[in-house]
Amino acid sequence: MKVMEQARPAVPETTGGVSLDRVSKRFGTGPGAVVALDGLTLTLDRGEFVCVVGASGCGKTTLLNLVAGLDKPTSGTIETASLRTALMFQEAALFPWLTAAGNVELALRLRGVGRAERRRQAAELLGVVRLDGFGDRRPHELSGGMRQRVALARSLAQDAELLLMDEPFGALDAMTRDILHDELENVWRRRGLTVIFVTHNVREAVRLGDRIVLLTSRPGRIAAEFAVGFSRPRRIESPEVSGLAATITEQLRAEVARHGR
Amino acid sequence: MDVDLIPHEPPDGPRPADAFEVQLAGLDALEFGESSASSPAQRLWSVTWPKVAALVIALAIWQSVVWSHWKPTYVLPPPGPVFRELWHDAGTVLFWRAIGTTMRRAVVGFAIAVVLGLLIGGAVARSRFLRSAVGSLITGLQTMPSVVWFPLAILLFKLSESAITFVVVIGAAPSIANGFVGGIDHVPPLLLRSGRMLGAKGVRLWRHVIVPAAMPSIVAGLKQGWAFAWRSLMAGELLVIIGHRPSVGERLNDAENLNDVVGLLVYMLVILILGIAVDALFGAADRSLRRRWGLIGRE
Repeated sequence: MKVMEQARPAVPETTGGVSLDRVSKRFGTGPGAVVALDGLTLTLDRGEFVCVVGASGCGKTTLLNLVAGLDKPTSGTIETASLRTALMFQEAALFPWLTAAGNVELALRLRGVGRAERRRQAAELLGVVRLDGFGDRRPHELSGGMRQRVALARSLAQDAELLLMDEPFGALDAMTRDILHDELENVWRRRGLTVIFVTHNVREAVRLGDRIVLLTSRPGRIAAEFAVGFSRPRRIESPEVSGLAATITEQLRAEVARHGR
Repeated sequence: MDVDLIPHEPPDGPRPADAFEVQLAGLDALEFGESSASSPAQRLWSVTWPKVAALVIALAIWQSVVWSHWKPTYVLPPPGPVFRELWHDAGTVLFWRAIGTTMRRAVVGFAIAVVLGLLIGGAVARSRFLRSAVGSLITGLQTMPSVVWFPLAILLFKLSESAITFVVVIGAAPSIANGFVGGIDHVPPLLLRSGRMLGAKGVRLWRHVIVPAAMPSIVAGLKQGWAFAWRSLMAGELLVIIGHRPSVGERLNDAENLNDVVGLLVYMLVILILGIAVDALFGAADRSLRRRWGLIGRE
């Protein structure tokens, strides 16, 4: 880490994380154009865990695509301090023709890691997500939760510093999700990742985030920000989490109701 | 901690710090039930007996038609003499030379068709211009019975190996190209996005994501291409007879000319058996691919 900081003195000391400055994204032109994001300004510190919540159509996925560089904003600027970025989706998006280990190894291979080293690192990363012994399984032979853990290991194989997550646990049952929250929190803390975690599950956001950003829908703007003060690890069913989640949900409902009138 | 999850903790059981790992391991273990393994012999029998039963029924029908005296036996002989003749022929050099020639033509023609089909398919899949220009032409070629190419092929190449190869290739290549294009068109966008996110671009995206993702469709195209190649080849061997070079089609033609009905049926059986055998190879490749992908369960 020290070496890297010396090698990159140009990175501004202020954040070293991610900053979005008045970012707007419009799809299409003329009267039929859809404004997905409108003047979004958001700053993340290095190592911060920020959850983005909002109803449908708030441009959550657009936001992640922009930060990931898969799409360009219509106006505004996005600064990621050249952090290596990985993206996780609701589906694990593993390659079905490769084993779990093969999927992780491909990420390493595309980074130019040599064969023997790939094998060693893939085994190690599967260990990080506690899937030792499952490396030879193909994605369809794993449960949904295990596939997401392989996807997490693959993101780590990209040596990601910035992890963008698009409702990664949305398709999982409550028990699995609960355990994966612990898992993600462990990995985040040990690796010092910066995380943007998009979800429509407010409790999940409060369980995980340092900070929660509530987006409005059509167009997506920041409606409110909440700092989550209580200590980790939190439990999703604890009174503090429920209390803050209730407050945020209320605002979210008000925001949804606005579109009903 | 979640007492429900670890109800029978041993006295010196896991410390609270490990509880999470134990829960995770428990969850993983619950995902995998007992697998009901059957022995290879049982599995072989369960795939074999329906085929054997079908064969017996087919032979029974054949024999009953003969017994009904619908046609005299010099026009429609019973299975017995035909299989005796097949057994006898299988001991002759001529028989194996004929099969050798036919299989060599099939393999050479199919191999050229694969190379051409994949090149054309790849080019069409990559270029929007080529797709609108020749995309529907390829589908059109696929629907054309290959027999109609023979007059032209014979004019172009005379009665030669090249005429046969030409028709085999033109019969098989469009299916192979179409399979490739179809496979590339149906690569799930999520996998493409995933591949790009891992840093795969250009050739590496093709090599590591697009081509593997298209593989089931490519194999289906190859299988269909083989069926067309085989039909074209049989038509070709009946039409293009090259002197002193026995082939399966030439033997069939010979039997017809000599009014040798038993010989005719023998070579028809040979064609059927060869077709089934090669199709089984493609079928096995296809099934193993699908099984690895989880598209079908274990049989």
